[in-house]
Amino acid sequence: MSTNLLIDITVLVLSLLVGFEVISKVPATLHTPLMSAANAIHGVVLVGVITVAGLAGGPLAYALVTLAAVFAAMNVVGGFVVTDRMLGMFRDAPSADPAPAPAPAPAPAREPPVADDRAE
Amino acid sequence: MNTFDTATWFAYLACAVCFVIGLHLMNAPHTARRGNLLSAGAMAVAVCTAVARAARAGGTGTVVWILLAAGIAVGSAAGVVLARRVRMTAMPQLVSLFNAVGGGAALLISLTQALTVRGTGLPARVSAPLVLGLAIGSVTLSGSLVAAGKLQGLVSGAPVRVPGRRALGAVSLLAALGTAVWFVADPGDDVSVFVLLVVALAYGLLLALPIGGADMPVVISLLNAFTGLAVAMAGLVVDDLVLIIAGALVGAAGSILTGLMAKAMNRSVGAIVAGGFGTSGGTGPSGPAAGRPVHVTEADDAAVQLAYAHKVVIVPGYGLAVAHAEHEVAALARFLGERGIDVAFAIHPVAGRMPGHMNVLLAEANVPYEQFIDMDQANSRFAQTDVALVVGANDVTNPAARRPGTAISGMPILDVDAAKSVVVIKRSLGHGYAGIDNDLFTNPRTSMFFADAKAGLTALLGSVRTLVG
Repeated sequence: MSTNLLIDITVLVLSLLVGFEVISKVPATLHTPLMSAANAIHGVVLVGVITVAGLAGGPLAYALVTLAAVFAAMNVVGGFVVTDRMLGMFRDAPSADPAPAPAPAPAPAREPPVADDRAE
Repeated sequence: MNTFDTATWFAYLACAVCFVIGLHLMNAPHTARRGNLLSAGAMAVAVCTAVARAARAGGTGTVVWILLAAGIAVGSAAGVVLARRVRMTAMPQLVSLFNAVGGGAALLISLTQALTVRGTGLPARVSAPLVLGLAIGSVTLSGSLVAAGKLQGLVSGAPVRVPGRRALGAVSLLAALGTAVWFVADPGDDVSVFVLLVVALAYGLLLALPIGGADMPVVISLLNAFTGLAVAMAGLVVDDLVLIIAGALVGAAGSILTGLMAKAMNRSVGAIVAGGFGTSGGTGPSGPAAGRPVHVTEADDAAVQLAYAHKVVIVPGYGLAVAHAEHEVAALARFLGERGIDVAFAIHPVAGRMPGHMNVLLAEANVPYEQFIDMDQANSRFAQTDVALVVGANDVTNPAARRPGTAISGMPILDVDAAKSVVVIKRSLGHGYAGIDNDLFTNPRTSMFFADAKAGLTALLGSVRTLVG
């Protein structure tokens, strides 16, 4: 076994343990944002796409790499944006402290709910 | 190691640290947003570092750079549009979709790597994670797409019975194993890769199709864990630590949520994956449980109970999410709160269609998160509660779970029956997912208000307003 592989496996196992430790403390209230954020983090696969692109030769590999880039970018960008949007909705009780509660410039109009109710 | 390599190494290390801290900040609602931004920032640094490394390594041709840039631009645009437009009720579908493309990207990395070594050797240290990444990524891609389709209503939400599914599943697993060994033994022959790809994609379909709507929280979590592992495997293939670390973190997150969801449903992950019992719920035979009388109420009477209560606990369930009644329940809670009534929302871990979904729906309807209480907090509170208002929840409130010998025995439930009185808004006495009668409905302290969640809550709020307004 090469040293590289041993290092990689060690890192994998320790990261799993760190993940278990950090994430088991997240309260149920935040499980959806947590999942969505974790989802965005696995968009790091984009880094892998960029790395593997260096090997690509020939039309098939080009197509695969391009598709992979589309997938990974959609995953990472969409994931972080939607998590942020979700977390922006979690607010304190309005009565608590009216002054410093929301950011000074709350977007004048939250984007109106898009009417795709029918899809549900 | 030269200066450049050292610098990028530390850049990656910093990114990994930020991912961990970012996830750690998700522990509390007031720091969670910062945590997400921190992770996003780290991600941007990681991508820039990868670009710098690839540019310096020099193997990437101009055409490939253009293709990459175009792909990233298209993907980012699609991601932003979807993320900004999605309604919170549709969040589970979107998370599934992002999960699918993440798994898809991981599988494409493996595939690209396999094709470029065509005819040459590949050490087992690369080929082994390669086949794993390919297989797991493919299962996630097809499985998550089916899950998203079910949640969106494009694919039937009911469990789809595939004849001989178990046998097919076993055969595809064996086939996957066989082709994987074949590729590791002879990496120059890429036929095995394509066979594996097809088999794994089919296995993903077999995995997700038979799963009923109520099991979705478990499946989504499980597929999320799978993607994490697929990404970690892709990291082993390209020998990139940041992929390994991030993939492992996601794998851990998904596994924890899978375990929590399965426990909250009183089912083992294995049993869910092997195919659900019953259908997606709410369609069981109607009729009073064991012939005992059911006390039926109307909006006006229920309004009286609520208006003169001091403490109210609202129990929102799957039915509320399906009826899109979160704004109505929030309006009712707000009105009662303004009248000085202490209102809280008791949220069972599997309420909604993905872990924590109900909290997000209520947050969108402007319910402050201080009003969300989890199962343990709720259960210590019901004894002092004047009215427990159950909206569209069934099995998670069934006291039968405390008795041995029922389908849900041992399942953690909300002890709604400890409250002084209970009002249940529900369309019928139909069975929940577990397919058994709910003793709560025949409890003498329970009144049943038969209505759709949205219509029932609207009528209730109207009555409370006329009563005390």
